[in-house]
Amino acid sequence: MNEKSVLEMRGIFKSFPGVRALQNVDFTLCEGEIHALMGENGAGKSTLIKVLTGVYEKDEGHIFLKGMDKEAVIRSPQDAQKLGISTVYQEITLCPNLTVAENMYIGRGKGALQNWRKMNADADKILQSLDIPARATQQLSSCSIAIQQMVAIARAVDMDCKVLILDEPTSSLDEQEVEKLFGLMRDLKAKGVGIIFVTHFLDQVYEVCDKITVLRDGKLVGQYEIENLPRVQLVAKMLGKELDDMADIRSDSDTYVEKDNSAPVFEAQGLQSNAGIKPFDFYIKKGEVNGFTGLLGSGRSECVRAIFGADKVIGGTVKKNGKQVKISKPVDAMKNGIAYLPEDRKIDGIVGDLSVRDNIVLALQVLQGFLKPFSKAKMYEFADEYIKLLEIKTASADTPIKSLSGGNQQKVILARWLLMHPEYLILDEPTRGIDIGTKIEIQKLVLKLASEGMSVTFISSETDEMLRTCSRLVVMRDRKVVGELSGDDLTQNKIMSTIAGGEANE
Amino acid sequence: MSDTKKNTNAAGLLSRLMRNQIFIPLAALVLLVIVNLIAGPSFFKISYSANNAGDMILSGYPISILNFGSELAILAIGMTLVTAASGGQDISVGAAIAIAGSVILRVLCGNAGSHPASMQAPIIVAFLIGCVVAMLFGAFNGILVAYFHIQPMVATLILYTAGRSIAAWINNNELPVIAEPEFGYFGGFIPGIPIPVPIFIAAICMIVMALVLKFTTLGLYTQAVGINEKSARLNGLNPTFIKFLSFVILGLCVAVAGFIKVSRLSTINYSVIAKDIEMDAILAVALGGNALSGGKFSMVASILGAYVIQFLTQTLYRFKVSSDALPAYKAVVVIILVVASAPAAREKISSLWKNRKAHAKEVG
Amino acid sequence: MKKRMIGLALGVVTAVAMCMTANADELIKVGIINNDPNESTYRTANVKDLEQAFSEENGFEAKTFYSLNNDEQIDAAKQFIQEGVDYLLLSAAATTGWDTVLQDAQAEGIPVILFDRTIDADESLYEASVVSDMAKEGQTAVDWLAGQGLDEYNIIHIQGTMGSAAQVGRSGALDQMVADNDNWNIVAQQTADWNAETAQQIVQSVIDSGDSFNVIYAENDNMAAGAVKALDSAGISHGVGKDVIIMGFDTTTDGLKELKAGNWNYDGQCNPFQSEYLLDIISKLEAGETLEEKTIIMDEKGFDAETITDEDIEKYGVGGDTTEAETEVETTAAE
Repeated sequence: MNEKSVLEMRGIFKSFPGVRALQNVDFTLCEGEIHALMGENGAGKSTLIKVLTGVYEKDEGHIFLKGMDKEAVIRSPQDAQKLGISTVYQEITLCPNLTVAENMYIGRGKGALQNWRKMNADADKILQSLDIPARATQQLSSCSIAIQQMVAIARAVDMDCKVLILDEPTSSLDEQEVEKLFGLMRDLKAKGVGIIFVTHFLDQVYEVCDKITVLRDGKLVGQYEIENLPRVQLVAKMLGKELDDMADIRSDSDTYVEKDNSAPVFEAQGLQSNAGIKPFDFYIKKGEVNGFTGLLGSGRSECVRAIFGADKVIGGTVKKNGKQVKISKPVDAMKNGIAYLPEDRKIDGIVGDLSVRDNIVLALQVLQGFLKPFSKAKMYEFADEYIKLLEIKTASADTPIKSLSGGNQQKVILARWLLMHPEYLILDEPTRGIDIGTKIEIQKLVLKLASEGMSVTFISSETDEMLRTCSRLVVMRDRKVVGELSGDDLTQNKIMSTIAGGEANE
Repeated sequence: MSDTKKNTNAAGLLSRLMRNQIFIPLAALVLLVIVNLIAGPSFFKISYSANNAGDMILSGYPISILNFGSELAILAIGMTLVTAASGGQDISVGAAIAIAGSVILRVLCGNAGSHPASMQAPIIVAFLIGCVVAMLFGAFNGILVAYFHIQPMVATLILYTAGRSIAAWINNNELPVIAEPEFGYFGGFIPGIPIPVPIFIAAICMIVMALVLKFTTLGLYTQAVGINEKSARLNGLNPTFIKFLSFVILGLCVAVAGFIKVSRLSTINYSVIAKDIEMDAILAVALGGNALSGGKFSMVASILGAYVIQFLTQTLYRFKVSSDALPAYKAVVVIILVVASAPAAREKISSLWKNRKAHAKEVG
Repeated sequence: MKKRMIGLALGVVTAVAMCMTANADELIKVGIINNDPNESTYRTANVKDLEQAFSEENGFEAKTFYSLNNDEQIDAAKQFIQEGVDYLLLSAAATTGWDTVLQDAQAEGIPVILFDRTIDADESLYEASVVSDMAKEGQTAVDWLAGQGLDEYNIIHIQGTMGSAAQVGRSGALDQMVADNDNWNIVAQQTADWNAETAQQIVQSVIDSGDSFNVIYAENDNMAAGAVKALDSAGISHGVGKDVIIMGFDTTTDGLKELKAGNWNYDGQCNPFQSEYLLDIISKLEAGETLEEKTIIMDEKGFDAETITDEDIEKYGVGGDTTEAETEVETTAAE
């Protein structure tokens, strides 16, 4: 074992029924290092992490930890924790109704008695040393998500951890919060903790990491020093092919500029829902791709939810192809050829226990009607068609959707709506939390659909994605539409100044 | 070589079967059959002899199990749907059976007192009115659960508490007795047909349910709502209505079960009719490996679960387990079965099985 | 308190007179606490009997409270004591928890009379207790069965809900007899929880097993009826002079009719018509007499299919034609 390394994993194998998740994977983590673990969905990142944290038992391979002469035996998360391996997951796994200190010490008290004063004092000390702006006695739910995330890290760190695993910790944080988190990570690094950082954000990798390990299809591609691996190459390694630069999707995009003066496919006036947005006007033409942009919480999702009838509509008129229609619940929108891929895949999108097949067929089946179920054969036909078309990685059409990776789940939901052949497709954050390859695939698909005459509204937190795909952007601030940009105005700067308001222009 | 191949095929089939939801109730049935066979094959003897009315009928343990398990199997159908859609259980089915039975007898008695010389209305009319009333009570539960979002067990607690009094009130606290033998056919035998009628009624219910599941999207909708209500709504479903519907369907099952129950004895006893049957019905759903928190369901497994419970009861009678110990024995067996059919335990078993196989491979 | 006692003593003569003539201005106030009439046919009859006996025509002002919940009953008893009833009649849901209330009643000088069920409290806390002796009921039935002079008794014993007073009393005598005699055998002993259908299943199970039997001892009429259903479908004859002797308890009207028809052989009474005993006690107390015995065990008969008459059915049948029962009660009260 190397002098400096705190963790070495050698020749790890792990398979599930029908899938070889890890094949002969090596991984080395050094002291005081932030190490990015990269790979597309299904590459084996989470499996590797779960093997390391004892959630799964490895089939073969060896794990060594610093300061142990023997191989480490990790059979359960408790084992991992005892050995100094701590994990902070994407979803906060703390108890929001307890205080910060309680969350940090829960389940760790020796015996039934707890010295509350000492516990709070200790907690405050740790919070201070890590520069986390929270008080020990504060209720956790009163902290922002970022602080909660940091509390989770503080808890992990205090458990004498040598290896800290951060699994997508930044996906629900805004820019400032991410910076704070990075500060904390650097502090820990200086203290000699080895950090494994799993993320989809390339920028963040290059901002904070020292090394990158890339996995693909359950195999190790390689381990690299960050300065030796330019972005394009990283992406290429992850995808396993030379990437025709990301900007290239522009080349396909010329075809969609085909407009006429017919009535918009969809038009809303003074539309308002009970989700707290100001009444807004909106339209989309045939073959157009437009989008809502604005900061998180600016009301962009609420707008499209109002269009689809997902929230209770309390005002405004809606026209479909020039004819007034009434959309008060999702099924009305669906009957009018409108499809909606919701923002939160887990809560609003997938039906977890149902098979990929049922998930794909669901929306069309609802439109078809209660008394006209599709035959089994027809369902398989639909499912297989879209599994192939969207290259969904699944063992079979009968696999429960919850066992698919995030990107593939998203593709299934996309398949569900494409199967409906909508005239107007609304995609709310379709690329969140999925790997780059799939992101690009989805963007390409959007442009292709538009070129075939479908109207698409596209929402993404990543502005460049929107700039690449949309020909018109509706800008929102504080739950209000504050501007509309198209043509030459479609630049990063212009968007930012519109979001920020008047001052930026002066 | 070909031998090994056959072996792995067989093992594959077995492990596939073990992962299947109906494995546990099926295994329990097989186990009960084996235990009873060891104790003496007479358990499966079916005799063909005359009853006191002079009609030839079939009898024996297997017939008794199917016969007396009918009501439970019918209830398991509705309870499965309610569980899947609402993620909770209806604990008022026993009380609702008392109501349905009471209504049926009330209609048959008409104005002729509690011991009418002849039925005052056709049986079919009484049955249909019983169905309507039971479905109304089901709708009442459904409204509380689906529209007012009350926890199903709490919502149905109301009817559970009040139901038997309502049943007694329907017949002015009297115990009607229908003397005409025709009414007893539905809980006994139709002259000339040697198989108990409840078995036919249960079979009809199962066939109807199978057809409904095949020719409508009820199954898909119910599961979608049970698994992810929000997502179901965004896919154009109306979760509220689907939950409501499941309670109404259970109401219909209750009416059929109640009809069989009052027909068996041609009378009713409000305080004990179908006593504790709600627990057995919930148990049947659990034995079938269905999550009591809702979502995916297997109707076949639930129905098998119902017959397992009846089989178990008959087996305990057969072994003359004493009255004091009966509940304890039943509880032990039930705990084993429920634990074994819980998804967590199933996973554990299949992983153990795999480990063993892997081990065998290494040794080999 | 003392004053009240004197007042009571002074009033006794008039009160008794009122009771007898049943048209007085001043009524005797009784608080009746009983179980829910829906509990069973037996209870229905019991409640109805008391309501009819303690009517205004008979010189009473009755306050009633029915519940299967002991705590609710206790609250109601406190309420009645506060309202100042003259007598408290009590059939408790559970045997414990009554001491304080009964002490309150004693302090207020309100006599308490228990009926139907006893409680775990000191005897001094109540005036009298009117009860059925379940063990005696069982003994009467077993004696009757022994009197049938069979060579061998192979009995299916269907028990009530385990642990209930009726089950314990009615099982005891039979268990003893079986233990003492070699020619008495239990073929199956199983609880049916007073449920006819469960009884049917139990008997069906014995039939399916092929074991032979010649007596069914069911601890109530409902269960006997269920047992008979199973015999009928198996083609086994039952009743007077037939293969299987059928025994039941509680003398329901329907059960007694089966007895009269010869389909059953024996039915043991558990008397719900307790008002005559209660009226008797009250009139004695009003007259200032002392009671000879604290615990009054009701007369309970056992009916034999060969000797039962239509009059017996009318007089003793429970849950049958109500008009008959009414007449019965009125005559008793007027006596």
